[in-house]
Amino acid sequence: MAKVVVVTSGKGGVGKTTTTAGLGTALAQSGQNVVVVDFDVGLRNLDLVLGAERRVVFDFINVVQGVAKLQQALIRDKRLETLHLLPASQTRDKDALTDDGVARVIGELRSRFDWILCDSPAGIERGATLAMRHADAAVIVTNPEVSSVRDSDRIIGLLDAKTERAERGEKIDKHILITRFDPNRAARGEMLNISDVLEILSLPLLGIIPESEEVLRASNLGTPVVLNNPASAAARAYLEAARRLMGEELNVTVPSEKRGLFNKLFGRRAA
Amino acid sequence: MESETRPRPVRFRGRSYLAFSLAPEPPIADWLADLDAAIDRSSGFFVGRPAVLDLGNTALSQSAIALLIQELEARHIRIMGIEGAEAANLGPGLPPVLVSGRPASGGELARVAQEAQDKPASKPAEQQSGSLVVDTPVRSGQTIYNSAGDVVVVGSVAWGAEVVASGSVHIYGVLRGRALAGATGNTKARIFCRKLEAELLAIAGYYRTVDDIESNLRNRPVQAWLDGNAMLIAALD
Repeated sequence: MAKVVVVTSGKGGVGKTTTTAGLGTALAQSGQNVVVVDFDVGLRNLDLVLGAERRVVFDFINVVQGVAKLQQALIRDKRLETLHLLPASQTRDKDALTDDGVARVIGELRSRFDWILCDSPAGIERGATLAMRHADAAVIVTNPEVSSVRDSDRIIGLLDAKTERAERGEKIDKHILITRFDPNRAARGEMLNISDVLEILSLPLLGIIPESEEVLRASNLGTPVVLNNPASAAARAYLEAARRLMGEELNVTVPSEKRGLFNKLFGRRAA
Repeated sequence: MESETRPRPVRFRGRSYLAFSLAPEPPIADWLADLDAAIDRSSGFFVGRPAVLDLGNTALSQSAIALLIQELEARHIRIMGIEGAEAANLGPGLPPVLVSGRPASGGELARVAQEAQDKPASKPAEQQSGSLVVDTPVRSGQTIYNSAGDVVVVGSVAWGAEVVASGSVHIYGVLRGRALAGATGNTKARIFCRKLEAELLAIAGYYRTVDDIESNLRNRPVQAWLDGNAMLIAALD
């Protein structure tokens, strides 16, 4: 049974695209047939994070408008054959997506894949509501800071009002994924801590992705962090989050980098 | 500082009214004839009653809308607002566009209709009493509104969320957003919450914001009530 998951946040820059790529890669590695769909029309990024930007010929808009077939627009990952990308257009804007067209494409994807991960644009406007429209589950990406948590709260309200499931009176599974978490800064009170975030949002936690240079390095290389450095703290966190998304019960921990003696003695370098 | 020198805050009161919604259907001439027949059966029904014009079924020009409103006024129907039309299509001098109306229950309408027959010179309809219980957290951007009694939230109220009640407001969680009790003027209404981090508390139009809530009350269970013109807040623990 295919599952449509929207990766959303309200606020921009919190790590939706990195998370879509990370979860998608981790799910695909476990043998699931996965497609990641870039809903951020006009500001596409998912292709870059996956290193597929030079292979985009047709895009989501072309398929929605019937100019291209789905098969022509889907890009299969070169490293993982169960991972596919449906790229967004960089030249069009979100108005080019029609409700009916998106519904048709999602329906087609459901018949081909186990997981359909929708990378939502920031904001609460049409692009974001279209991305969540057909979702069975949502991953709400939040940074441990007040503005991000408040925006996430707003998005959760929309998930309960504007999705197809909500309109049918059904529930949609909602998970919180905390990204860019720095335990040291949280301990110093410079960030919200995990329990604050969960208390405010009152939803279950899918995982905690530590702030990590590995993430930035991996997206610059066009390789999801899960593939680029599977032993890194961020990669392990995404792999565990994907297992939880598949229904496994795992205790949530904050994976930390293995530190050298220098760091142990003198603390972390200043960022 | 003397209490008289404190600036007196301006009071904003929310109020909701029951209005009839008239939804003309084309052809308008036939609809007006039907309306006349209805008025003949119960004269005085619309006298003094606010009515809203729902243009959702029609596509009238600006001048046609103005003419329709004149026709209705000739029948003693005063239009206080327009629904289902774009504000841009309404010229100056026309009633404002209303949104987010909801249908009234059959009971409410029947009672008002009954009153209309009993005493055509209307008096404000009595509020039906009934509290509204919300079992989920109130999310940022959401408003919970009960014009007919208390609101009870079993959960937290987020920053930027709003709970409005004609009666009291009870929050069994953290109150981070706004709570407005006695929104229709009930000065006996109170606000209760399990943990106070509110942006704003208001009772019957008197309000206090974060800045004028004593800091030793924050993060504690409290109640707020009105004593004359002053809102008092006290910890419950």
